[in-house]
Amino acid sequence: MPDDIKSPSSPPPEGEPKPTADKPAAPSGVKATASGSVQADVKTPPEKDKASPATAPVPPKPAAAAPATPQATKPAAAPAKPAAPAPTPWDSPMVAKLKAGYGSGVEPLTYAGQNYMIVDRSLIPEILQVLRNEDQFDYCVDITAVHYPQREKQFDVIWVLYSFARNERIRVKTQILDGESLPSSVPIWATANWLEREVYDMFGIKFDGHPDLKRILLPDGWKGYPLRKDYGILQQDNEWVQINLGIESGQ
Amino acid sequence: MTDANSSLSNLDLETPEKPFLDANELVINMGPQHPATHGVLRVILRLDGEKVLGLECVIGYLHRGVEKIGEHRTYTMFNPYVDRMDYVAAVSNGLGYCETVEKLLNVEAPPRAQHVRVILTELNRIASHQLWLGTHALDIGAITPLFYTFRDREEILKIYEKYCGARLTTHAFRIGGLQYETYAGFEKDVKNFLNFFRPKIDEYEELLTTNRIWLERTKNIGRISAADCIALGVTGPVLRASGVKWDLRKAQPYANYKNFDFDIPTGLNGDTYDRYLVRMAEMRQSVRIIEQAVDALPEGPIIAKVPKVMKPAAGEVYHSIEAPKGELGYFIVSDGSTQPYRVRVRPPSFVNLQALDVMCRGQLMADVIAVIGTLDIVLGEVDR
Repeated sequence: MPDDIKSPSSPPPEGEPKPTADKPAAPSGVKATASGSVQADVKTPPEKDKASPATAPVPPKPAAAAPATPQATKPAAAPAKPAAPAPTPWDSPMVAKLKAGYGSGVEPLTYAGQNYMIVDRSLIPEILQVLRNEDQFDYCVDITAVHYPQREKQFDVIWVLYSFARNERIRVKTQILDGESLPSSVPIWATANWLEREVYDMFGIKFDGHPDLKRILLPDGWKGYPLRKDYGILQQDNEWVQINLGIESGQ
Repeated sequence: MTDANSSLSNLDLETPEKPFLDANELVINMGPQHPATHGVLRVILRLDGEKVLGLECVIGYLHRGVEKIGEHRTYTMFNPYVDRMDYVAAVSNGLGYCETVEKLLNVEAPPRAQHVRVILTELNRIASHQLWLGTHALDIGAITPLFYTFRDREEILKIYEKYCGARLTTHAFRIGGLQYETYAGFEKDVKNFLNFFRPKIDEYEELLTTNRIWLERTKNIGRISAADCIALGVTGPVLRASGVKWDLRKAQPYANYKNFDFDIPTGLNGDTYDRYLVRMAEMRQSVRIIEQAVDALPEGPIIAKVPKVMKPAAGEVYHSIEAPKGELGYFIVSDGSTQPYRVRVRPPSFVNLQALDVMCRGQLMADVIAVIGTLDIVLGEVDR
């Protein structure tokens, strides 16, 4: 009974938010409990004369709508949450200048209050140089990578940059294919030396022009790149372990 | 050792064509088992007599794959692992990690939790600097400071033990705040420690600051310019001792550091002695911060509302804090599941160690020990 009442009374206010949530089952279940308690005393009598509800349900309608919508928005907000913090465009004079110079090769975005730009691979040495020389990003905080095996361009390579003069931190991100190399940024920031070596060590991404590109944390003869997603957490270079440590396995 | 030789040939950037090992050059291997390398650091030195022409660090002996482990643990489960990187400043590691995940989850720790976090983190900065001072002085030949600093550091570890049961790898913080309310008498203990510790800094300084041997061993040793520091990404006390007034607690305040009044001590010459002075001054500043935080400790909840099963929305966040050794950053990529898709740690020790070559060139071989000490590296963090 109460279910019948709610469906005519509440749909108008809730009809709009619900389709976006795309979950009819959950909101209706919520309604049943939420509005049921509120409406039970008021509505059960007017329910019988359905012809004249126009006058009677008017007061319960907002009453029903009021508790129903917050209840309905809550479940709507839960699935909406992942959608809410989506990257938004990042706008600043520096970005506008880069945009003007490089057009669609640069995609500036903001996420969680942090600015970053997705840069086309072909622009990579140039844009880092510009950021360093013209925009005063004189401190290369970190260089790292992320492996997405399902994508065609499997790797994200990320530079975290900071400018002492502007007190600003940005990230530059580019996507590359497996086996594709990047120009080394050691000539731009000396600190890139070890950071690039670590990316090479962990992901197998090569940096052209690096003065001494070799493994840094793992032994020189090690096979495999551990931070790739296809490298298991228990996996190791058994051959290396047997030859160099004289044991069957390190596990 | 053949691999060492081949790698050494690219080391001297000025004379790449020079044949390796001429009559004046000597290659000495130092470590990885060496008492003054603060762990397992191997350094290959190229010497001309006693003068260092260049050196190369070989690291990775303590590599445990922390970043890989992070991809296979939930956000909560990975929290204790970060303590094991810089194990003498575990609280700072935890603070950086928790704050990064909080950024991903879009939650903020309540004020009381923030205050307790600042108190424990600054206590940790003091403890880390004490350990640095003791071992650094020991390396150079002053044995006494080690006993003094370890005696006083014990008082901080006691507070940790009373607070969370652990002394070193404390796992003191949780994502969203704290797990434990402070124990009865926490504020009194901290205040007692501050009163106890203030004269102790003077005691350390009496031993060293005007000590002639200390001056001879540290003045003009391991100099690095501000420009070199920035180019090499060196942060923390090393950068500040070269005259750059930059501290993340001021530049990009995190936790609630903006509520506290403190100075950023800087040096002038960027030598080992200035780095010593900067760290001593930092301990005094930490005392100031803790004092203010304890006096203003608010009441209230200690943990924000965080979901039991953490599933941060898909996205990436980089967040960094001023650890005792420099900028400690976490770059976490979430794919919306319960486990991080990627955890990257930007360790200050790793990046700072890269400057060892620049700082040691032209110095005497015995000074390499002093420079390793003054860099204040922890190999657990370098290798992860």
